[in-house]
Amino acid sequence: MLGSLDARIPAGSLDSKWTDHKFSMRLVNPNNKRRFDVIVVGSGLAGASAAASLGELGYRVKVLTYHDSPRRAHSIAAQGGINAAKNYQNDGDSVYRLFYDTIKGGDYRAREANVYRLAEVSVDIIDQATAQGVPFAREYGGLLDNRSFGGAQVSRTFYARGQTGQQLLLGAYSALMRQVAAGTVELHTRSEMLELVMHDGRAVGVVTRDLITGEIVAHSAHAVVLATGGYGNVYFLSTNAKMCNVTAAWRAHRKGALFANPCYTQIHPTCIPASDDFQSKLTLMSESLRNDGRIWVPVAHDDGREPDQIPDADRDYFLERKYPAFGNLVPRDVASRNAKTVVDEGRGVGPLRNGVYLDFSGAMARDGEAMIRAKYGNLFDMYERITGEDPYRVPMRIYPATHYTMGGLWVDYELMSNVPGLFVLGEANFSDHGANRLGASALMQGLADGYFILPYTIGNYLSDFLGDPALEISEPAFANAEQAVTDEVNRWLSIGGTRSVDHYHRELGKLVWDYIGMARNKTGLEKALSEIPALREEYHRNVRVLGSADTLNQSLEKAGRVADLFELAELMARDALTREESCGGHFREEHQTEEGEAMRDDDNFTHVAAWEWNGEGTPQTRHREELEFENVELTQRSYK
Amino acid sequence: MSSEINLTLKVWRQPGPLAEGRFVTYEASGISTDASFLEMLDIVNERLIEMGDEPIVFESDCREGICGTCGLMINGQAHGPQKGTATCQLHMRSFNDGDHIVIEPWRATSFPVLRDLAVDRRAMDAIIAAGGYISVNTGAAPDANLTPVPKETADTAFDAAACIGCGACVAACPNSAAQLFTAAKVQHLNLLPQGQAQRWARTEAMVETMEEFFGSCTNHGECEEACPKEIPIDFIAWTNRDYIKAKVKNRKLAG
Repeated sequence: MLGSLDARIPAGSLDSKWTDHKFSMRLVNPNNKRRFDVIVVGSGLAGASAAASLGELGYRVKVLTYHDSPRRAHSIAAQGGINAAKNYQNDGDSVYRLFYDTIKGGDYRAREANVYRLAEVSVDIIDQATAQGVPFAREYGGLLDNRSFGGAQVSRTFYARGQTGQQLLLGAYSALMRQVAAGTVELHTRSEMLELVMHDGRAVGVVTRDLITGEIVAHSAHAVVLATGGYGNVYFLSTNAKMCNVTAAWRAHRKGALFANPCYTQIHPTCIPASDDFQSKLTLMSESLRNDGRIWVPVAHDDGREPDQIPDADRDYFLERKYPAFGNLVPRDVASRNAKTVVDEGRGVGPLRNGVYLDFSGAMARDGEAMIRAKYGNLFDMYERITGEDPYRVPMRIYPATHYTMGGLWVDYELMSNVPGLFVLGEANFSDHGANRLGASALMQGLADGYFILPYTIGNYLSDFLGDPALEISEPAFANAEQAVTDEVNRWLSIGGTRSVDHYHRELGKLVWDYIGMARNKTGLEKALSEIPALREEYHRNVRVLGSADTLNQSLEKAGRVADLFELAELMARDALTREESCGGHFREEHQTEEGEAMRDDDNFTHVAAWEWNGEGTPQTRHREELEFENVELTQRSYK
Repeated sequence: MSSEINLTLKVWRQPGPLAEGRFVTYEASGISTDASFLEMLDIVNERLIEMGDEPIVFESDCREGICGTCGLMINGQAHGPQKGTATCQLHMRSFNDGDHIVIEPWRATSFPVLRDLAVDRRAMDAIIAAGGYISVNTGAAPDANLTPVPKETADTAFDAAACIGCGACVAACPNSAAQLFTAAKVQHLNLLPQGQAQRWARTEAMVETMEEFFGSCTNHGECEEACPKEIPIDFIAWTNRDYIKAKVKNRKLAG
């Protein structure tokens, strides 16, 4: 049915592809736009920017979000910044350099054409956000300030204190609410998408459950846009918000949309370690701390001394020792894996021996406490609020945690999945970050997709359907999908088992972390492939979901989401097992250099793995999209 | 250092928007002082589920104090006893062994209770829809560095823009006014050069939409105390000033 996957990348030179393609795509004239219905699921950076832009163009847009307000989407929690090739600093940045850094940072597992386009439109995002009133940091002269971020040698990151995601989302949300007021966008909050509706092989709508009343509602449209975020919560503990889940994407996968590179997950090195079994989530501490903090553990195993009692000779500054050139500033994946190694050796610190020290005493002696307070005061305060320890006196304890997922639904150059009429934006798709995302690139991609790419490409699809009304919701396709949701809801409520949804989610998370976490190997992945289905089977037999279907029932909401995470976890293991190489966030212990660094296999794995659903109980089929590198030469990353 | 404490919780339970609510007492024993307030409720809920009782409904998402989803009245204080801290960032080391803790939803007519501790805050979105934006279509923006913005101005605008829209200001206000929320958004945009074109229309529309849904501000200042982002009430004063000007200017423009 599928053969080899065609991303429909336009011909021509790298820097003319998008310009030429914009001209060659068909347009929908303004009078016809208002005859097209588009559903946007999700209201984060990608969803809100897409919905606002489509509304401005005149489309009839319906936004569906499970939050109580679009402003709550998890984009809000992004701290660091957003990259753009503005070259305001005159330090040699360019569209090509941003493209190159992103391709290299992704360990050569992303599409050149997509990444180049991302770098091209990055400059427009900054203009758009500034015009909306996003209060980016400024210099005293009143112009925009920049800072540098991991994986780059130029300062191209725009930021709004440590709350860049919040401010960009509030900008997109304000544009969205303007369209709601104008009547072009219909907003449905507390509506969770539970089915994708298909007709004649096309996506024609979705079915939602109203989280307050339990009402099952059908929504019909000419096209469906998923902007529903990533799946980091498959680990249970992650820096993701509690409600983040894979359900919308997964339900689309079950209807035929291919799921690409699920094993590409990003583990962020500087998070606050878990403190107990009841831990509900992990909190990220900005990567910028590694500029002044030194990372170490005791040389001796189970050294019980307080950190200030351990002399320098008994400390192992393991990143500085192994990577003298980059030291504490090695990329995220390298820093994370090395922390795992020393903790696994039994040299972890803290009450649970599950962290490494990030020590500012040297920096404070050098620059003074006031300087450190000025730079990192808000982060130190947050650390103290959470741990009850004063990082000015005691070294911080940090440990890696899941932060972002590069994998997602497969999309072509126009951001359409293999299911016609189903578009996927932002973290929910797989497209631009390859096997590892650079810092400050997630915000860039979400907004590029929503503001500047989808508004062009969706017209190219819709122009085929001029004059066709959206499918009536009285059609059997809708009734069947509604029935499927009703049946699912009733099934959860009738199991009557003994353990809560959270209990199983936590257990699943442990398996995924142990076997498909920072380092993977064949034995572990094979174990995952037997243990995850076994736990899943128990879940479906023994989960306890109390209450009823017609009220706000949070256990019921979570039950379906966790079921989807179980299926995803299995696919992650299969994908990780099949990819017999190490690249970016996917580290296979069998494939490393003598120094313990990731070793790619470009001859056999320079491709995207996109998996096709074959029904419950049957493993998915693996399809390939070959990656052609015409502009960038593939090399081994080195940070020694 | 962490230790374990025993607590008695008095929690507002209400099965649905139209149902009658009541306080129910729960013993929460063996709670680690390292747990966050919401993790303490997670633990209580796990125990309730185990006993076959429906868990307490409360809302949260990021648990990092930025999304604004969470928010509880804790012993009569919005977001609890720690200043400048959202409920999700409050930890049990702020409490002592043997404490009684009263937990209620946000109390305001404009925030109807949906179930237990969850409320409907859509009225805040209506205030934003009334004018909490700069009208610039995608693609129409000039270069970001075309208009310099003095750093002090940008910083003050940011102080206002830091609002997380949690609704604590409403819950803390004796009048249930959303004046701090409204003023924060109005001033974020009114302070910036980009926001000048719609300054007067925005101010009038947002303030009056606020009045439509919420009570009126009489300068109690409770909102500032409760705000997890410590947004100062200066923004309310500036908004009042802008509102008076707006009433005159908008009339002149109309006539």
